[in-house]
Amino acid sequence: MNAIALPSRKSEAWRYADVDAVAPLWPLPEPERIVVPAGARFDRAIVHDAGGVTQLVLSLGRGATAALHLLNCGGAYSRIELDVTLHEGASFTFGGAQLGRDAETLEIVTTVTHAEPGAFSRQIVRSVLAGQATGTYLGKVAVARGADGTDAAQSVRAMLLDLTATANARPELEIFADDVKCAHGCAIGELDAAGLFYLESRGLAPAQAKQLMLQAFVAEAFAGAADEERLQALALARLGSLV
Amino acid sequence: MLQIEHLSATVGGKTILKGITLAVNAGEIHAIMGPNGAGKSTLGYVLGGRPGYEVTGGSVSFDGQDLLSKEPHARAAAGLFLGFQYPVEIPGVSNVQFLREALNAQRRARGEEPLSGGEFLRLAREKAALLRMDMEMLKRPVNVGFSGGEKKRAEMVQMGILDPRFAVLDETDSGLDIDALRIVGEGINAIMRKPDKGVLLITHYQRLLDYVKPDRVHVLAHGRIVKSGGPELALLLEEQGYEAVAA
Ligand SMILES: Nc1ncnc2c1ncn2[C@@H]1O[C@H](COP(=O)(O)OP(=O)(O)OP(=O)(O)O)[C@@H](O)[C@H]1O
Ligand SMILES: [Mg+2]
Repeated sequence: MNAIALPSRKSEAWRYADVDAVAPLWPLPEPERIVVPAGARFDRAIVHDAGGVTQLVLSLGRGATAALHLLNCGGAYSRIELDVTLHEGASFTFGGAQLGRDAETLEIVTTVTHAEPGAFSRQIVRSVLAGQATGTYLGKVAVARGADGTDAAQSVRAMLLDLTATANARPELEIFADDVKCAHGCAIGELDAAGLFYLESRGLAPAQAKQLMLQAFVAEAFAGAADEERLQALALARLGSLV
Repeated sequence: MLQIEHLSATVGGKTILKGITLAVNAGEIHAIMGPNGAGKSTLGYVLGGRPGYEVTGGSVSFDGQDLLSKEPHARAAAGLFLGFQYPVEIPGVSNVQFLREALNAQRRARGEEPLSGGEFLRLAREKAALLRMDMEMLKRPVNVGFSGGEKKRAEMVQMGILDPRFAVLDETDSGLDIDALRIVGEGINAIMRKPDKGVLLITHYQRLLDYVKPDRVHVLAHGRIVKSGGPELALLLEEQGYEAVAA
């Protein structure tokens, strides 16, 4: 699946990437392949705090369940690609948080293919970007012919802490089946000023008030993770350096 | 204790407060009444230090210190509490977490030891009970999904926990049912009616003042205090309206 040539920003999946940072990593190693057998359960939490590109290919058998949670923070260029295929009745949950500062470029690129009927997928991505950081989510949900009764949703939100930060969000749907429920929402915003003043008026310093609000924002991505508390703690520490 | 002198302020480029002078001594509760749009909430926000509310003249001293030069959180640590007319919802942040962090931030700023989790919960339980608020509500996100009256009651639980020396309470009575009004009124007395504390109580109605008896009543209209008097002034206003009493 890796092209021989270096990717360029002309290709959709790399259009917001820091391609200069990719060059020294090229060619990328083979992606990790994970097969979750029918009816089985798979859980993983990934903390991507040293940059680089990670590619995962997941295949969920009939009725299998997978939950993947990701904290993408740190490293000048940090990219995670997920390629997930769901067979009949499989269930996939992805929760990702990207916390960037300075000139970091953070990316989550997902392709979730509902190959067979009755599968379920949920993706929640929350980005907090400070300084000149760029955070990108490119998420494609493909519903194959015959994959009727698909239920797929993507929720993507980004919070910009500085005017110089950038968020890109592109949820994409490709549907070839009937009776399909696909929802996506995406929003880019700033911290609520009224909320910040409310917290400050009770004694929290501005940075602490921001951190508290951002922690809650990011927590949505980690809800239900087996490793929820650890992810939360790591995110909180990282947020402390962003506000 | 709180001395406001010739205070003027603009919001969004518009002059709202036009030279307010008002002094509240320790042990006193003053009520501020006045027509809609008079600038009552603006006064509260200016005292709290809300961004966008620009002071263009005058001064405020709190316990002899210049209040207006402090950041909002430092005002809180100095002992000021602002009860909001419209308490803000903070999704995902539980009351318990928020209030514990806020209280401990204040305590640290004052050079006091922070409370442990257990100590804080005991305190929170005590104050929730005082305001007859279910402890479960305090585990929920700040004000999210609370009814109008529940928000006001939660604000008073916050006040009980933070134990301020001076409170500006902006229409804390609005949205409260009859029983809640009594509970909140008694709560304000229990928390704030102390020889070393003071309160500015912004309200439209006498009913709260039946429980929280003011030492002084001021009428704020068009950005100015146009009349001051004793508790009887509130009754007169209720009877005759602003136009007749303070025109
Ligand atoms: N951002 C703003 N820009 C311009 N004018 C504003 C702004 N915010 C408030 N005002 C105006 O300031 C005036 C005073 O508002 P304030 O909320 O202080 O009134 P109030 O006395 O509390 O009224 P109420 O009894 O209705 O609560 C109002 O006329 C309001 O429209
Ligand atoms: Mg008001």
